[in-house]
Amino acid sequence: MMVRTIAAALLLAAGAAHATDTVRASGAWIRVLPGNLPAGGYATFENPGDGKVSITDATSADYGEAMIHRSSTETGMGRMEMVDEVPVPARGEVAFSPGGYHVMLMNPKHPVKPGDTVVVTFTLSDGSTLAVPFLARPANAKGLAD
Amino acid sequence: MTPSTRRVFLALIALLALVSLSACQREPQPEWRLNDVSGHLPDLDFRLTDDNGKPVTGADFKGKVTVMYFGYTHCPDVCPLTLTQLHVVLDRLGAPAEKVRILFVSVDPARDTPAVMHAYVNAFDKRAVGLVGSDRDVEALAKRYRSAFTREPDRGDGNYEVSHSSAIYIFDGDGKARLLATPSASQDDIVHDLHLLTSMESTP
Repeated sequence: MMVRTIAAALLLAAGAAHATDTVRASGAWIRVLPGNLPAGGYATFENPGDGKVSITDATSADYGEAMIHRSSTETGMGRMEMVDEVPVPARGEVAFSPGGYHVMLMNPKHPVKPGDTVVVTFTLSDGSTLAVPFLARPANAKGLAD
Repeated sequence: MTPSTRRVFLALIALLALVSLSACQREPQPEWRLNDVSGHLPDLDFRLTDDNGKPVTGADFKGKVTVMYFGYTHCPDVCPLTLTQLHVVLDRLGAPAEKVRILFVSVDPARDTPAVMHAYVNAFDKRAVGLVGSDRDVEALAKRYRSAFTREPDRGDGNYEVSHSSAIYIFDGDGKARLLATPSASQDDIVHDLHLLTSMESTP
């Protein structure tokens, strides 16, 4: 019985480590800049669960590096800061949008053109990961669709 | 004339004089929606290199309304957002947009060559001009408009960010500083004021 309980707990833990249904992403797009310039990625993350979950990391097979940043234009200065985690409130959502949170994608491993799809995998604070396809849009795009 | 009717008469004369004075003005005072900075910021004046590698000065933009913004190409979020907004604004402005130029001044002279700037600005709008210069020239220009920028520490891989003033400076066809906008200004307001500015005659 004891063993079965432990096994069940382990199974649950293992399940949590791979679950990708705690947080959902929608409306994902990236802004492609010329040459090797970094691209900003935007999406809305929704948490249908009752517990707070945070986005803690991002990686992409298409880019050498991915970082979660937040821009601000407070006090008239435009600046960017790295963030360690972005909370997705229980039964709520958080938006990565121009001028705010974004995933910064650096050093593309191959040319990315508008119309392409790149996958960014986010790590969540509950140990799960979320692979999100992002639609590549032109530099002067206003959003996922203009 | 009694003293009191005389006073009314004089007041009327004064009023008429005022009305005719304002009627004599070259143009009625426009109703700007953005911040009017006329007389508070210096005229457009710089010596930089454009994105075709050609030396340019403020005087080369005489006859054009210029919209100046400081930024850098390795800026993936705020700069593209602002340049996209200006692109949308110029498209909405229609034909008068031919009299407008966006001046995107790089605050990252180490990485922003004319060629990089050329590809960058043209990805947003054909009416945008990228301007580069030495550290000293760009600093002088920023200081002239009480703008500021700071290179943030290297992240260890040669990459770094540059914090910079996010103000948008608008000059008339004579190079006079007229308006100041923030990136959060409504597109309606910028379109409105650019309509007014482009319809004003610049002195020949």
